[in-house]
This record gives sequence, structure tokens and C-alpha cells, in this order.
Amino acid sequence: MAVLSRDLLLALRRRSEVVNPLLFFVIVVTLFPLAISPSQAVLQTLAPGIIWVAALLSTLLSLERMFRSDFEDGSLEQLLLSPCPPTILVLAKVLAHWLVSGLPLLLIAPLLGVFLALPTEAMPTLLITLALGTPVLSMVGAIGVALTVGLRRGGALLSLLVLPLYLPVLIFAANAVAAAADGLIVTGQLYFLGGLLLLSCSLAPLAAAAALKISIH
Amino acid sequence: MLRAVDLGCERGDRILFSGLNLHLHAGEVLQVHGANGCGKTTLLRALCGLTRPATGEILWQEKDIRDDESTFSDDVIHIGHHDGIKQELSALENLRFAVALSAKSPELSAEQALAHFGLTAQTHLPAYVLSAGQRRRVALARLLLNAARLWVLDEPFTALDQSSIGVMEAMLHQHASNGGCVVITSHHAIPLEPGIHRELHLTT
Repeated sequence: MAVLSRDLLLALRRRSEVVNPLLFFVIVVTLFPLAISPSQAVLQTLAPGIIWVAALLSTLLSLERMFRSDFEDGSLEQLLLSPCPPTILVLAKVLAHWLVSGLPLLLIAPLLGVFLALPTEAMPTLLITLALGTPVLSMVGAIGVALTVGLRRGGALLSLLVLPLYLPVLIFAANAVAAAADGLIVTGQLYFLGGLLLLSCSLAPLAAAAALKISIH
Repeated sequence: MLRAVDLGCERGDRILFSGLNLHLHAGEVLQVHGANGCGKTTLLRALCGLTRPATGEILWQEKDIRDDESTFSDDVIHIGHHDGIKQELSALENLRFAVALSAKSPELSAEQALAHFGLTAQTHLPAYVLSAGQRRRVALARLLLNAARLWVLDEPFTALDQSSIGVMEAMLHQHASNGGCVVITSHHAIPLEPGIHRELHLTT
């Protein structure tokens, strides 16, 4: 709990780090109509993919923040030496990361959906997929960051490690939104995303905590 | 209280030390000496459980520190080269967070701990405006807030001014006379009675 409130307070003090990924998300999405075509029919088919790819990249951009600064100033060691179990610490940090970088994406996505002429029927599905999918991105990302935080230049390695694991989320989420836009039933995809969320919530903190111990070794 | 048996550590492929045995009783201060790069920091990190030693075991009250991590981490406080201080938070917020993490409730308030190190005026300043010595003092103030019996201090006197060094030495003395243990590295001679002051020389 203390870790969560500290991370949120830190995010508030370093606003630029929080705003950058969100701004990136908005800019990437708005560039597509300019580069491809402003025609509604074209945008409509591309919208789910564009929004989801942008959300994924923007999460990737903000991932390192989760443990990097704590590692560099020594507070990560203090956290791991504290009596609090490391899995709980990781869970608190991932939750803080999602609240700061995942939730804003969710809030701004409907606006971008309208901008890309996404049919209103698909809007709830877009929000549900983001609500289920972005926490998975933060959870899985935590494992990657925990593994690479001890490396001098872990950034490129982090993307290589984490992106393949992001693919199921991307495929099912974008597919669900596209199917919803065509008026199809999407419960199957949503259940799958929910399953991924449960799986990552239960396993990722354990894996990330173990990885952190190796990284500070 | 603290015992290391046949301890060996490596860094990369290089063996830093091996076959190290030490036994530290309650009320003793162990000062580790050695040239730069001989493994003092690694030894200290191993003793508090941050680094896994290559060989040997470390016992705290005759129990392996890895078997009972949560009890041991309640009893140990480590202050390393990095202060573990968040630049964006004030001195007080940093200390309050340290208190929130530990399971025991402290005898002193965070404000009193800062006052002990002469940081009353800096209580609400963000840590990035503090000087290196002042940040060090904030980190050391954590020692007062935590009832840990084992202090593992890596060069705690770095960047401190004369009066803070005096405060710190008095704290070491106080801690030892309360039955605590200290493992410390410092190139500075610590004025303590020979009875409680033990020294370890690491050679490569």
C-alpha cells in the first residue's frame, strides 16, 4: 500500500514522464489518417489495429520506469530488504504503473475511436479490451523490466523479450474490436483476454520478483 | 549473533575472497578494511542477503538468513553506496516511506530522526535540492527509525561533515551498547573501545 501511494506521488512529481507515453499514443493515432487516407471506410477497418498497436507501443515506452529509477538510486535494494514479500511489492508497483500509464489510455481511447470513425457499437468493446488487455501488458512487462534492469542498455532487449508475449493480447483485442464493429459477438475473445489477465496477475508478480532478485545480485 | 561459515564470493569470474569465517556477538562493531576492489561491498551485500555468496552460509542467530527471510529482514538495515533516496520526495516523505515499509513501529518520529542529524530546516525540501552530505544524513536517519539489530553500513561517513561524523560515531556507540551488531566499511578510524571494536582485513 505504501509502495503504491509512493509511486503515485512520484508520478505526480514527474509529470512529463507520465504525459509522454500518453502524448505518444495520441500522436501516433492521429498520424494515420494523415498518412493513409481520411476516408471513413478505410479508417474504420484500420481503427482497431491502429489503436491497439499504439497502446502497445506506448506501454512499451513507459515500462522501464517501473523499476529503472528505483534500481539506480538504490531504493530497489531497500524495498527488497524490507519485510514486505517481494511479490506484493511487485504487484503494488505494477498496479501503480497501470494506473499511471494504462488507465489514461483507456480514458482517451473513445475520443480517438471517434476520430478514426470507429462505429459506436464497437466502442464498449474497445474499452473492455483495453481494460482487460493493458493490465496484462503492465504485468508481462514487469517481468521483462525486472530481468533487464541490471543491464546497462536493457532497452532493446526489453522490447525483444516482451513483444512476443504481447502478441496474443494484440491479436485477440484488435480482433474483438474489429468483430464488434462488424456487429459480431465477441464474448469468446473477451473471455480469452480475461483468462490472460488472470494468468498474468497470478504468475507475473512471482516471476518478476524472482527476476528482480537476480538483477540486484 | 551473526556468523559466516566458509564464505566465498565472486564477481564475474574473479574470486574476491573464499574461506572467510566470522562470528560477531551482540554489542560488537566489525570494521572491514581492505584496498579498493577487494570485495568489501560484496561481503556486506552478502551479509545482508542482497548478493548470494558463491560458497558458504550466513547465519543470523544460528539460522540461515535465506531460510527465514522475513524475520531476518526485520532485523537488518543496509545503507549502501546509493542512498536509496527518491529525489522527487522530501526528506520527510522519504523517511516516512522507510517507516511504512518496516514492520515495527519506530520509537522516534521521522521529524525527530531528521532533527537528530540537524536537518530540521530541510525537512520539507525535495531531496534533489539537498547536498550529497545532507542526502547521506537523510539516509542515515533511517537507522534511528528502525529497530533493526544488525546495521550493515557501506562507507557511511562519505560526504559527511565533521559534526555529522560525530553524531554517527555516537550512534554506533549507542547501538553497540544496546546490544546491536554493526558491520561497517570505512577508511576512517572509528574511535571505539577495543572491547567492542573488531577489525577484518580483506586481502586479495
